[in-house]
Amino acid sequence: MKTYLHFLWRCFCLSFVGDWRYYVWMFALSAVVLTGLNAWCRQLVDGLATTGMTDQVSWGLYIANFTYLVGMAAAAVMLVIPVYIYRKRELHDLVIFGELLAVAAILMCLLFVSVDLGRPDRFLHIFMRFNFPISMLSWDVVVLNGYLLLNLHICGYLIYCAYRRRPPSRTFYVPFVFVAIVWAFSIHTVTAFLYVGLGSRPFWNSAIIAPRFLASAFAAGPAFIILTLQVIRRFARYRFPDQALGILRGIVTVALTINMFLLVCEIFTEFYTGSAHMASTRYLFFGLHGHDALVPWIWTAIGLSGFAMVVLYTPLARRLGWLNAACVALIVGIWIEKGMGLIVPAFIPSPLGEMVEYTPTRNEIFVCLGIWAFGLLIYTILVRVTVPVLTGRLVLESAGREPGSDTEHGPRAHEAAAGAARN
Amino acid sequence: MSAQESGRDGVTRRSFLRGGLGAAGGLAAVAAAVSPLRELDTGDLTLERLLQKHYKEMTPEDKERVLERIRNEVQQRFEVRPELRDLPPLPGVEFAYALNLGRCIGCRRCVHACVRENNQSRDPEIQYIRVLELPRGSVDVERSEHHYDHLRVPSPDHYYMPVQCHQCENPPCVKVCPVEATWKEPDGVIVIDYDWCIGCRYCAAACPYFARRFNYAEPSVPKEELNPDMNYLSNRPRRKGVMEKCHFCLQRTRAGRMPACLEVCPVGARNFGNLLDPESQVAQILKTKQIFVLKQDAATLPRFFYYFDQDM
Repeated sequence: MKTYLHFLWRCFCLSFVGDWRYYVWMFALSAVVLTGLNAWCRQLVDGLATTGMTDQVSWGLYIANFTYLVGMAAAAVMLVIPVYIYRKRELHDLVIFGELLAVAAILMCLLFVSVDLGRPDRFLHIFMRFNFPISMLSWDVVVLNGYLLLNLHICGYLIYCAYRRRPPSRTFYVPFVFVAIVWAFSIHTVTAFLYVGLGSRPFWNSAIIAPRFLASAFAAGPAFIILTLQVIRRFARYRFPDQALGILRGIVTVALTINMFLLVCEIFTEFYTGSAHMASTRYLFFGLHGHDALVPWIWTAIGLSGFAMVVLYTPLARRLGWLNAACVALIVGIWIEKGMGLIVPAFIPSPLGEMVEYTPTRNEIFVCLGIWAFGLLIYTILVRVTVPVLTGRLVLESAGREPGSDTEHGPRAHEAAAGAARN
Repeated sequence: MSAQESGRDGVTRRSFLRGGLGAAGGLAAVAAAVSPLRELDTGDLTLERLLQKHYKEMTPEDKERVLERIRNEVQQRFEVRPELRDLPPLPGVEFAYALNLGRCIGCRRCVHACVRENNQSRDPEIQYIRVLELPRGSVDVERSEHHYDHLRVPSPDHYYMPVQCHQCENPPCVKVCPVEATWKEPDGVIVIDYDWCIGCRYCAAACPYFARRFNYAEPSVPKEELNPDMNYLSNRPRRKGVMEKCHFCLQRTRAGRMPACLEVCPVGARNFGNLLDPESQVAQILKTKQIFVLKQDAATLPRFFYYFDQDM
């Protein structure tokens, strides 16, 4: 226990140490976090009137970001499945970075839900009068927090074992890994069911939403991980072969294709049927009764996804520069598609046919940026302390500093030796 | 850096000073960021309120204590001692509403009577009743005009459809609430405990009738216009961040009176009563008129019925 607390303390200290780029990055993120905190305090004082939400459009950017980030968290399994089910060794050491991303993403999700509450001071009511299993929101509380704990356990255990330089005991983490795989699907499915179960919103009331959520998440999530891994490789001196990125590229390509296919299915059903239920879809893609705030957004999203798909299906994607461009396009495209494109239009027109559009306010955007910066801050710290542990630069002294005791982790031992030499 | 990474956590004077300055700067920045909280109205953030139980878990003594506290709060805020009660549902009563669209002229008197009766916020404006102006020959709400503004109503070739909470038998809003802050009472009315609602607005997303209104800002009611005849589950003053909606004027109807919107209607388009009493006007209308409900395909089984009739 004492060793563990000492480990946490050392990690804490380490998170304040880095080169000048690290300090610039962390200071910038902290500044954005504080701006967001300031905006949220303003919202607490003046109420949700500081946002662009209304009785007609009662959910906006907060819930849109929440939905997107649930997908990001779920996408960590796209690293886990190849390793633990298909035994792709190349990705083995990278799984932890995916799971750490899931931890940061879930924290952001919880924050986005919290800032969306009108009475955050009463959130304890959820424990006192929990409408489980009737309310889908209560399911979401269970699965999201469960997923957070699962990932914290898996990463924490593996990292701590690396710190103590003992091989992790499979019984302590492999069962959890498999539970987490199923659980990852559940978090995004339950989040989709939040919307799908509402008969009053025909735009959401479609069985295809949950599969579409998963497909778009499994495209955007691994795309984000591709970018993150390169940043880690460059700045955190953690080596891995390009081959690992190739596996992720394949996953992104398939998921994006499925997502586009499901989108086409949805659009066809809505427009060809031509029933009254298509009002929201028509509003989203072409505008309705002279209101068309979302039209440029959705076509931008489709353009970006289309561009990503072209790049991914041509040999261009073998070049890192193009792959990264495709990933950025896809991350932004899916963010728009799921945020502005899936949450907001369901409220327009209102159930009584009123056309009220939604534009986020500056305060609302600051809160969102603050939460994103907080997530990145957490993720940076997690990676910052994990890399030295995995590479053997931060280990328990009494466990000995001689690397190479476990031949299984070849690159890790190699890196440890290099790290030791540098220090 | 290397000293840190190799685990020798030595503290030099320089690093101590640097750390101290950093921590002080960070704290100052955080303090500046949270400075808007100084303006936070902590009026309803008392420990007593935070520890208040869910309505259904309160003992009679708890309830009396809470009612007394709310009376005091209202008196402090509005300088009026309210007649606050917790009226129980009447046995053998299930309320229902029947609205004659053939008579409604779209004057919106019901909307404003409701606002006054139920202490809704004047700024920002909250109204439980929305009157739709529809072209004759259509029941498609998407062709309705919500913000019609004629000098005279009814406008030719139009008819009017007031919509408020339909008090569904199968309420989607109740199903989705994560904390059971809204529920169906034995007399069929869907109520909200304003002291329990966490303000997630899931119920508003679930409602097919656009019945729910959220207090996006602190509601304001002029002191002289406050209706002191109050009930816990209906028209007592709300605070910002919670949901509210039509509750069939429980402060009146559970005491044997008619809802405010019905009393004010100049053309007698509104009918209200006990569904279980075969002699009641509402029961008679349901039996003899050709009635319909809005959005029947949502299968929420509203207790709010519409019919077209010039006579009754």
